[in-house]
Amino acid sequence: MGEPYLANGVDWGDLVLAVGKAVIAFAVLLVAVMLMVWFERKVVGRLQNRLGPNVAGPFGLLQTLADGMKLFFKEDIIPTRADRFVFQLAPYLSLIPAFLTFAIIPVAGDFSDGGNGSVTIFGRETFIQVADLPVGILFFLAMSSLAVYGIMLAGWSSGSKYPLLGSVRATAQAISYEAALGLSLAAVLLVSGTLSTNGIVQAQAGEGFLGIIPRWNLIITGFVPFVVFLIAGTAELNRPPFDLVEAEQELVGGFHTEYSSIRFALFFLAEFMNTVTMSAIIVTLFFGGPAGPNLGFLPGWLWGFVWFFLKLLVFLFTFVWFRATLPRLRYDQLMDLGWKVLIPVSLAWLLVLAAVRLVRGGQIDLVTDDFGNTLLVIVACFAVLVIGGTLLSMAIRAARQERLAEKGLIAVPSEGTRS
Amino acid sequence: MIDVITFLITGAIVLGGGIGVIVLSNPVRAALSLVASFFGVAVLFIMQQAHFLAFVQVVVYAGAIVVLFLFVIMLLGVDRHEDIRAEPLAGQRPAAGLLGLMVLALILGGLFLSGPGGDDGAVALTGTKSRTAPISQLSESDSDITVLAQDLFTRNIVAVQATALLLTIATVGAVVFVRNKGGEDVVIDDPGTARR
Repeated sequence: MGEPYLANGVDWGDLVLAVGKAVIAFAVLLVAVMLMVWFERKVVGRLQNRLGPNVAGPFGLLQTLADGMKLFFKEDIIPTRADRFVFQLAPYLSLIPAFLTFAIIPVAGDFSDGGNGSVTIFGRETFIQVADLPVGILFFLAMSSLAVYGIMLAGWSSGSKYPLLGSVRATAQAISYEAALGLSLAAVLLVSGTLSTNGIVQAQAGEGFLGIIPRWNLIITGFVPFVVFLIAGTAELNRPPFDLVEAEQELVGGFHTEYSSIRFALFFLAEFMNTVTMSAIIVTLFFGGPAGPNLGFLPGWLWGFVWFFLKLLVFLFTFVWFRATLPRLRYDQLMDLGWKVLIPVSLAWLLVLAAVRLVRGGQIDLVTDDFGNTLLVIVACFAVLVIGGTLLSMAIRAARQERLAEKGLIAVPSEGTRS
Repeated sequence: MIDVITFLITGAIVLGGGIGVIVLSNPVRAALSLVASFFGVAVLFIMQQAHFLAFVQVVVYAGAIVVLFLFVIMLLGVDRHEDIRAEPLAGQRPAAGLLGLMVLALILGGLFLSGPGGDDGAVALTGTKSRTAPISQLSESDSDITVLAQDLFTRNIVAVQATALLLTIATVGAVVFVRNKGGEDVVIDDPGTARR
């Protein structure tokens, strides 16, 4: 794993290539974010039977640019009770992890016919992504756990109560859902056998089942990790229906209530950047990223980009769709969903996947010689899970009964349960 | 050359962060210095080709533990400036200084005993060779994760499971202690009604 061109030392050409890739990725991501803001406003507008932005530029495409200019020229206010240094630092702590995560995403490349998606630039073989770290997916987890700091410190340093409440909620939410996110991700790592994003895409490329169904991790891991990842990812992004962090009706504006001008714009930018990046991560992990058939008449690596972009669009639309459709969860519902549903489900599914993988010796084809054996393991696993799940839900119910009894809200069930 | 420059910058960040933790009077800023220090250590890990350790360092320490510190600081509202000139425990600071010097002596001793060009500090300090091969001697396909996993889940499997059990017990214990049996809510501010 790792970048092929870094195998034998580094010279100036390599440096130029690395810096060039970073600059291009930054520019592309900024344009993508600009279009994403427009896309979200347009789609939400249509879903709510409105027109959405339609004045600035064709189809209102330049609306985001106009808003950005407006924010630039507004007064930059720092509250008197704010902790000045941390207050000024927080927006950057939000933005920088948001951008850095994008570095590990393979955006293009030819993965058909066993290709590894590399292209040759200036005589150097490289992947079309800013960096292919040997532990790429851990980098994503590290950055998403660092992004909490931006929100947390913004709320704390404002010296005001609504931002503080918003940031305390944000932190609790991020910590809770990161566990589910990591566990559903572990399922993908289990079947891919690598942490590198390029390796994960390569594992999903090539001939699928029965010739038409692609070898996406979505199918190999059995849908459940994908659903958990999508829910936990939405919560990690603080997007509706998990946007308790900035619940306008309760918290004025949440953690960024006291921010104005360009500092607010940075938070806004980071939020949409995270949405784009999270969609790209989902595409990479579960939908094969840029892997897809090479249909000819275009260079192979460009087909990779076409497939990647089409898949990305689906998820960008899904996130906007969520926002326009789903009402916000209550705080206790949020915590219940994270701790009592998502984490047990993803943990149990990981165990099933591991058991099945063990009995099949790493084969992923549908029909193998020891099909009966596999079936037996799967049935046994599910039997264990059903028993475990029943016990867990009984425990949760008993705990709730006891809690209500202690508060005197219901009659005490029996003398034995009270201590 | 690049190695030396990176090491110097990272070392400055690690040490600066460490000093910041001790010197800064605001707990939140001290916690932030700690994060900076952890980051520097992560970069040092990457310089040693230990990518996995580096990112686990960031995810676990910077991403979870310090976040919890900050969470507690914010929830308890102790985020005011502390008077760090007062010494709450007599003799604490000389003892801390002495301990620090001892650790420094240990590290320097290991460095000097292994000598210039000597590549095995483990032999110098403990008398036995390190049981894992240095990461720099591994082949390209054998990443540090493979080595770590093989070591953890073969030779040290008992220790891993014991740790897991201990953590589970600690979690259950924390829940049991926090659960307030007996009906009334604990009012901490009023000593008359508080049960615990």
